[in-house]
Amino acid sequence: MEKSLDPRIQRLDIQREEPKTPDIKTHEYWSTYEVFVQSKRGKQHVHAGTVHAPDPQLALVFAKEQFGRRQHCVNMWVVATTEIFAFRYDDSDMFETVPEKLHREPGGYKVRDKIEAYRKKISQQKADKS
Amino acid sequence: MYGGGYIPGQENEKPDQFQDDPVKLKEFEERIDRGEKIEPHDWMPRGYRKQLIRMIEQHAHSEIIGALPEGTWITRAPGFRRKMALIAKVQDEVGHGQLLYNAAETLGKSREEMMADLLSGKSKYSNVFNYPAKTWADVAVIGFLIDAAAIVNQVANSKGSYGPYCRALERICYEESFHLKQGHDAFVALATGTKKQRAMLQDAVNRWYRPIIHFFGPPDVASVHTEKLMRWKVKMMSNDAMRNQFLSSYVPKVRELGIDFPDPNLRKNADGTWSFSDPDWDEFKRVVRGDGPCNKERLAVRKWVETEHRWIREALFNPSAKYTLPLS
Repeated sequence: MEKSLDPRIQRLDIQREEPKTPDIKTHEYWSTYEVFVQSKRGKQHVHAGTVHAPDPQLALVFAKEQFGRRQHCVNMWVVATTEIFAFRYDDSDMFETVPEKLHREPGGYKVRDKIEAYRKKISQQKADKS
Repeated sequence: MYGGGYIPGQENEKPDQFQDDPVKLKEFEERIDRGEKIEPHDWMPRGYRKQLIRMIEQHAHSEIIGALPEGTWITRAPGFRRKMALIAKVQDEVGHGQLLYNAAETLGKSREEMMADLLSGKSKYSNVFNYPAKTWADVAVIGFLIDAAAIVNQVANSKGSYGPYCRALERICYEESFHLKQGHDAFVALATGTKKQRAMLQDAVNRWYRPIIHFFGPPDVASVHTEKLMRWKVKMMSNDAMRNQFLSSYVPKVRELGIDFPDPNLRKNADGTWSFSDPDWDEFKRVVRGDGPCNKERLAVRKWVETEHRWIREALFNPSAKYTLPLS
């Protein structure tokens, strides 16, 4: 190996003997937590990404480093990925309901015409009486 | 930083004989044509999954290995402000590695497997990090030109079809904009400085010119494979198109400072493409495969870190933890 230009590497003295390739075990990097970030009081928490951690406390520490380092944020949640229950994308068609949903919209209720007709009728009646 | 260009592998030599379910493949391609993103648990062709894992993994490795040559200069950065900026940048790069490893994990390759493949030399990373950062001017060149090159690549890829990769890249591009600015600032400081500073900068540009030309990878060979990757929006631009876009934007920004590239044949053609001297693609291949000036040192550092820090992971290990793929 060429002599390193990195003072840290010179101090470590790893160049005298090349380090062995370590055998990395499955799950050695712990399990994952999903991170939810609240950017401002009053806003909802929004999913930001994932961190690897051995427990929820460290997951919060890593989440702060990873997702709270730059963007302004006031609060965070972490949830173990295994604790999240989700629909499958294959089932997305179940969200397609009847196309006409006016009964659930404010615009689906029009009363002005009825009121006008009623008022016209009443004033006609009054006129007829007198 | 640091999604290098597309690093060619063996796939063109050994075509995969696997046949995907034609009905599902059609649905998948129609979804991509409609501009919809693919999410982790969707059905996807085997070649799509394989290629994405390879690409995102290489990108992640490039981030964490890329932190090493710049990290070298934290202790020697000229002045407190530059030191603070460099620390922040190196921390960002490692954070980008984390985001990308997560995106790759959603496709089914564990983080442990990826790290093992990096350390054994099976997985590759960007060629540029196998060159030394000899002087402070190298840090300025990396921070300005290599980051700019990476941004060209990352902005293109962030419009790809795989949801988790796009989300990671959007966040990465947002942070990169600071890197590019601080790199340009350091570059301009040297270019407008003393005679000695200018000479130091020109020397660094001379040494980095060829690795930067290599960065986007060799010219694309027209092949069924490449065509398919473009069709599936895994690869968004050809290597040459990215290189041309980069050269068009940044060569003028270097030349306006009276600094030039050590290539008399570097020029823009009438059609917007660029010509340059033969950059020796064999050197690129050698460096990617492990035979560059710093490959051994980079991997030695990662191996040392893995081994020396293992006790922390073991001490905190929770044997009752359950595992599943990250959600997104």
